[in-house]
Amino acid sequence: MHFESGVGHIGGNLSALDLLLTLHHRVMAGDDQFILSKGHAAGALYVTLWSLGLLAEEQLATFHKDGTKLGGHPVPHGIPEIPFAVGSLGHGLGLAAGLALGKNLRGQPGRVFCLLSDGEWNEGSNWESLMFIAHHRLREVVLLVDLNGLQGFGATAEVANLGSLANKLKEFGLEVREVDGHNTDAIEQALKTPPTDRPMALVARTIKGHGVSFMENKLEWHYLPMTAEQYQMAVEEANRL
Amino acid sequence: MRTILTRTLVSYARESDFVFLTGDLGFMALEPLREVAKERFINAGIAEQNMVSVAAGLATAGLRPWVYSIAPFLYARAFEQIRNDVCLHNLPVFLVGNGGGYAYGVMGPTHHAIEDYGALLGLPNLTVQIPAFAADVPQAVLRLMAAARPAYLRLGRDEKPENFVVPPYAPWRRILSGQGATVVVVGPLAGGILAAAQVLPESQRPTLWVLSELPIVNAEIPATFIADFQQSGHLIVVEEHVVQGGAGAALAHALLCTQTTPRRFTHRFARGYPSGRTGSQVFHREECGLDPASILRLLSNTP
Repeated sequence: MHFESGVGHIGGNLSALDLLLTLHHRVMAGDDQFILSKGHAAGALYVTLWSLGLLAEEQLATFHKDGTKLGGHPVPHGIPEIPFAVGSLGHGLGLAAGLALGKNLRGQPGRVFCLLSDGEWNEGSNWESLMFIAHHRLREVVLLVDLNGLQGFGATAEVANLGSLANKLKEFGLEVREVDGHNTDAIEQALKTPPTDRPMALVARTIKGHGVSFMENKLEWHYLPMTAEQYQMAVEEANRL
Repeated sequence: MRTILTRTLVSYARESDFVFLTGDLGFMALEPLREVAKERFINAGIAEQNMVSVAAGLATAGLRPWVYSIAPFLYARAFEQIRNDVCLHNLPVFLVGNGGGYAYGVMGPTHHAIEDYGALLGLPNLTVQIPAFAADVPQAVLRLMAAARPAYLRLGRDEKPENFVVPPYAPWRRILSGQGATVVVVGPLAGGILAAAQVLPESQRPTLWVLSELPIVNAEIPATFIADFQQSGHLIVVEEHVVQGGAGAALAHALLCTQTTPRRFTHRFARGYPSGRTGSQVFHREECGLDPASILRLLSNTP
């Protein structure tokens, strides 16, 4: 899909894919909602929705093409499963908090899962949302952090070193679980065990470009599209998995 | 206008889709609403970006949130959240900016809102309501609730002259008739200009229109207004907002597009801080030629 469209952002899609697939296939129930905050992982979300039968193969083929509803980042009024246009970072968590608060006020069931990147925590708005979620004890919100360690123009530790994001989230009052973000059983177990009395964050250690050896942990795969040769190599590697 | 807004919202606070967020402001004003709205009155803290995103989430969950702050802390600080989260999705989020124009006076330029509606009107789906008088507020609230789409309510201080009976709220209202120039005023400035103009002899007295809703819809520009400025020959627009994105530029554009232009056009607008000094709202208006005395001088120079 990314190859055919000549689109980049593949690295941050592959790091999030196991989280997205496990969450949608094994964890989420009817009343639950999902908010993508790292909008550049739109491709991984579209593929996940396709795997659930919510997007047709032909729709998926329109990705990044003229007239598509599947933009490089989710668009407004695109498809019902993706309620918000996101892409500018630091919006999803506040939106998820609002949805959860709305459920609370209306007495409606269900959780709101929100997937964030690690570089995204450079944005101050996330810390505002975190304070809000912790203060209002919005237990319906579940944060998933794709901790791949790389952002747009450097390693997260070198751009604005956060130290331990898990510790910071704990300090803000969240219950934090740390997992290997490519161990689907661990992800499932961590998300299925209900939190005690606080909102929960799943901090998932992931590998940017996961599953494709020449992409793994390489900064350039935040942006670069694949050549035909690289695509062929990646497909062969994936088939061997 | 805050007091009457509070009173108005109290009457809606028990509705199932009501929710109100404030950015830690409203001391000595919003307390009655907090009492009635209970858990639906949320002090979101000094965190406007999150507050607007939360409001968009609430609106998506089926509520109709009100979001309150001092105007610039809302439209300027949280501009991207208003743009992406609220306007792109056409959500019924009602933003209330207190202190339109120079209303916060000597509190300083950080608290002024002189480019608010210009900044916001570039966004999709958003409508701006600018009550001129406190009596307008309940109807402005009704109007934006009925539209159920993104809205910005610009509040100021009521300057209604004594004994003036405010006509029902509408995008365009004629509040004074005379044989002088045709003047369009945006917002509470209308009160002071009305008080000064209504005592003039009829030959010099302007016809005064109040414009309260933006963007201007060309088809809704009243024929009587067009007749007024065609007869007087001089159209004056007065607003406490910078020229860029202001109502004067929008009206000039609308009239050019509809090919009904006045012979003479004058625009009085907020000029920022020409002396570099700060003072009361009256001080800033005087610096910009927006005060009633300046407008009277302009009217007396009208042939």
